[in-house]
Amino acid sequence: MVSWRRLRALCRKETWQILRDPSSNLIAFVLPVIMLFIFGYGINLDSSAVRLGLVLEDHGPEAVHFAESLTRSPYLRVRPAATQADAAADLTAGRTRGFVVVPGDFGERLQRPTDEAPLLVVSDGAEPNTANFVQAYVSGAWGGWQLQRAAERGEPPPAGLNLDARFWYNPSATSRNYLVPGAITIIMTVIGALLTSLVVAREWERGTMEALLASPVTRAELLLSKVLPYYALGIVSLFLCVGVAVVVMRVPFRGSWWVLWGIGSLFLASSLGLGLLISTTLRNQFNAAQAALNAAFLPALMLSGFLYEIRSMPPVIRAVTMLVPARYFVTAMQTVFQAGDVWPVLIPSALFLGAAGVFFLGLTARKTRRRLE
Amino acid sequence: MSEPLVILEAVRKEFPKARQSALEGLSAVVRPGCITGLVGPDGAGKTTLMRLMAGLLVPTSGTIRVGGLDPIQDAEKLRELIGYMPQKFGLYEDLSVQENLDLHADLRGVVGAERTEVFGRLLAFTDLARFTDRLAGKLSGGMKQKLGLACALLGHPRLLLLDEPGVGVDPISRRELWKMVHELVGQGMAVVWSTAYLDEAELCAEVLLMNEGKLLFAGQPGELTGRMKERTWQIRGAAGNRRQLLARALRRPEVMDGVIQGHTVRVVLRAGAERPDLGELEAGPGAEWTAVAPRFEDAFIEALGGGPGGDSVLAQRMRPVTNEGGVVVAAAGLTKRFGTFTAADNVNFAVKHGEIFGLLGPNGAGKSTTFRMMCGLLTPSAGTAHVLGMDLHETAGLARQRLGYMAQKFSLYGNLSVRQNLRFFSGVYGLSGERQQAAVAEMVEVFHLEPLLDTSAEALPLGFKQRLALACAVMHEPAILFLDEPTSGVDPVTRREFWTHINGVVERGVTVMVTTHFMDEAEYCDRIALVFRGGIIAAGTPDELKALVAGPANANPTMEDAFIALVQQHSTDGGAA
Repeated sequence: MVSWRRLRALCRKETWQILRDPSSNLIAFVLPVIMLFIFGYGINLDSSAVRLGLVLEDHGPEAVHFAESLTRSPYLRVRPAATQADAAADLTAGRTRGFVVVPGDFGERLQRPTDEAPLLVVSDGAEPNTANFVQAYVSGAWGGWQLQRAAERGEPPPAGLNLDARFWYNPSATSRNYLVPGAITIIMTVIGALLTSLVVAREWERGTMEALLASPVTRAELLLSKVLPYYALGIVSLFLCVGVAVVVMRVPFRGSWWVLWGIGSLFLASSLGLGLLISTTLRNQFNAAQAALNAAFLPALMLSGFLYEIRSMPPVIRAVTMLVPARYFVTAMQTVFQAGDVWPVLIPSALFLGAAGVFFLGLTARKTRRRLE
Repeated sequence: MSEPLVILEAVRKEFPKARQSALEGLSAVVRPGCITGLVGPDGAGKTTLMRLMAGLLVPTSGTIRVGGLDPIQDAEKLRELIGYMPQKFGLYEDLSVQENLDLHADLRGVVGAERTEVFGRLLAFTDLARFTDRLAGKLSGGMKQKLGLACALLGHPRLLLLDEPGVGVDPISRRELWKMVHELVGQGMAVVWSTAYLDEAELCAEVLLMNEGKLLFAGQPGELTGRMKERTWQIRGAAGNRRQLLARALRRPEVMDGVIQGHTVRVVLRAGAERPDLGELEAGPGAEWTAVAPRFEDAFIEALGGGPGGDSVLAQRMRPVTNEGGVVVAAAGLTKRFGTFTAADNVNFAVKHGEIFGLLGPNGAGKSTTFRMMCGLLTPSAGTAHVLGMDLHETAGLARQRLGYMAQKFSLYGNLSVRQNLRFFSGVYGLSGERQQAAVAEMVEVFHLEPLLDTSAEALPLGFKQRLALACAVMHEPAILFLDEPTSGVDPVTRREFWTHINGVVERGVTVMVTTHFMDEAEYCDRIALVFRGGIIAAGTPDELKALVAGPANANPTMEDAFIALVQQHSTDGGAA
């Protein structure tokens, strides 16, 4: 069925085309690097250095001591205000995300151990995520200061739970470390589905497919000549991205390279399969690009759990994510990067990705005709 | 006569969702050792038939045998037998000439010593040896065509299928290709050459003349033109207006068809009819009948039931345009560059009121670019374009109200109905209220669009698309009409009807600028400019241009002869870039 001479000739042709076509180059080499840096540096789910207003109504030593400890916190950038009204004005104008009021009787009430919390924390509820950060950071700083104060005085620490939080696998809880593996998923999707759907549709539009079909090329050769070069391109791009992530962006990589290669190959199979299926059916670059964006890129971005937590989605959507190959690849990539070769996570993902690859490539093979209709 | 290589029996092809079948029970044969012309306008079914023979489509009914093989059942064997050049040549534009040849040689199993020998022969044959490193996309139309042919010839096909090889190619390259293909058939190959150019049909050994999926004629072209013997005449030396003379001639029942040829009028009589009296035609005292050779087109028009008559209902309805005198359209030093490519280079011309001015040249010569600058759709890189004394880049809105533009490939909205297109375009040109309704109603009546009002524009047959596009361009009664390739691909009867309208509106004082790559259509123009590789290489009346190249070898040259001779003169003068 397959003549190596013809297959080699077709693959060589495809390689020249990839290397010479500016738009393929853009999608295969420039876009991945840009996306990697956008997701790596442009998007940051950590809220470091929250701008916080501070109103000191008590100027006693305790209050000043607490103010100093707030100012020293790496998570806060303190902007002092004279009155509550000034601090409120800063908040309204967006100069701060919240403010803390140390009331006039702060020092006094601290001396009475039975009294209630003497601090007022105001935050911007229009941005709930940031507001939570403000509250958490201030109470953290407050707790820390109390412990420190007790130690300095030789008193027992104040009553209540003493939380000691540790983030495993990503000890500094840097969001880049899990966004970058997700970004690689998006890049693989773009190369696998978008690029292949465009190149095959282009062959139909330019009439070169018709010339090929009139030659002795077989169906298997036609299909393989599209799968193999783009598979190679995808794998090169995968290792390029991981290399940049590890070497330049200092994202930790704890798994093994051959597992990365294996999982990457399975995901590419499903995404190439989808891209080829789209272009074989539509035969028009514009429609193919639209379909690839909707069928591959958007689900990979929104339903893979890479940006949006799957567990917080409504049950119906959660069920839909089960069918998105990118979801399994995101899980596998985050595991390989941050936790290592954890087989109980990787094997189910690999099984699903393999099944999706067989499904899409099989459907493409069925749809590939040796004729125009 | 040799045994046929291809036998078609009652072949019928229907596409889902199509209004009519693409092929209706076609029976014909293709013989080796000669060129079989597949002739007809767009939508005739030529490409469908080619694809059926190449095994790329499955016939709805009927049988096809190519070298005894069924193209569907014996697909693999069939592909060893045929060479196929699809429209647009099927080349990879980002591969070099050599890489394109290598690919097709590998696909067809041309390897080893044979390959070296075949490449050497094909490169010499196509004169491409100097360009092997050049990317196919950077070749001229003529060179692409030769490379496409070379690729199709790899692997010694017995049947060569060429789908519209003459489109997008200048007349010189067309003639060269024709000679090359003639050499091939000398070696016993069967060649099917599809074309919409009827003059190419006359050169084929056999033709299959098709229209709307039906086979109108199969046989030698001479047999068909022979039916027109002694029925084709020219009126020479006529006094007065030749457009009015043509209209008067076409009104006569004896006359089946007529066209303008420079200063003469060419007339085709109905079978058995006598020539009408020249006095009755008011041709003037010096006029005389001269017999001329029949053409393939004459026979085609007869097969379609004759020409449309000489009166334009459209022109009768139009208000006369007052003569504002002198030059109404002028280009001075008009130049357009796209990056390093100069699409139009220092173009100069002036069109007087009430003239038909034509830009004649092959596809890609720069006609449309020049045209779009004249209409204010493209900004010139240098030079100026004036319409009715207005610079289009300063008073674009005002100038556009006075001109009508019919774009190449009919810029209609395919998803809108005929009625919606008419309303939209009349609105765009500033018609509203009762005037708009009246204008739309008039166009519907003039172009017989009533039964099609609710059909979407893309579903219209080609001839009606063309009528609708013309209606959209003239509804606001413009003083100047710009027509970009208005008759490309339509059948000759529709082309006649179109020119009747053009002649009619010109008589009402409208000035017409038209581009065409049909050499014979240039004859309708009062003056033409020959465009080649971005520049005007010659300009004048059709008779003047033909006289430029007339000589002892060719006393009565056609427009195409003139064009080829002038391009060659231009190249040897070193004028061509």
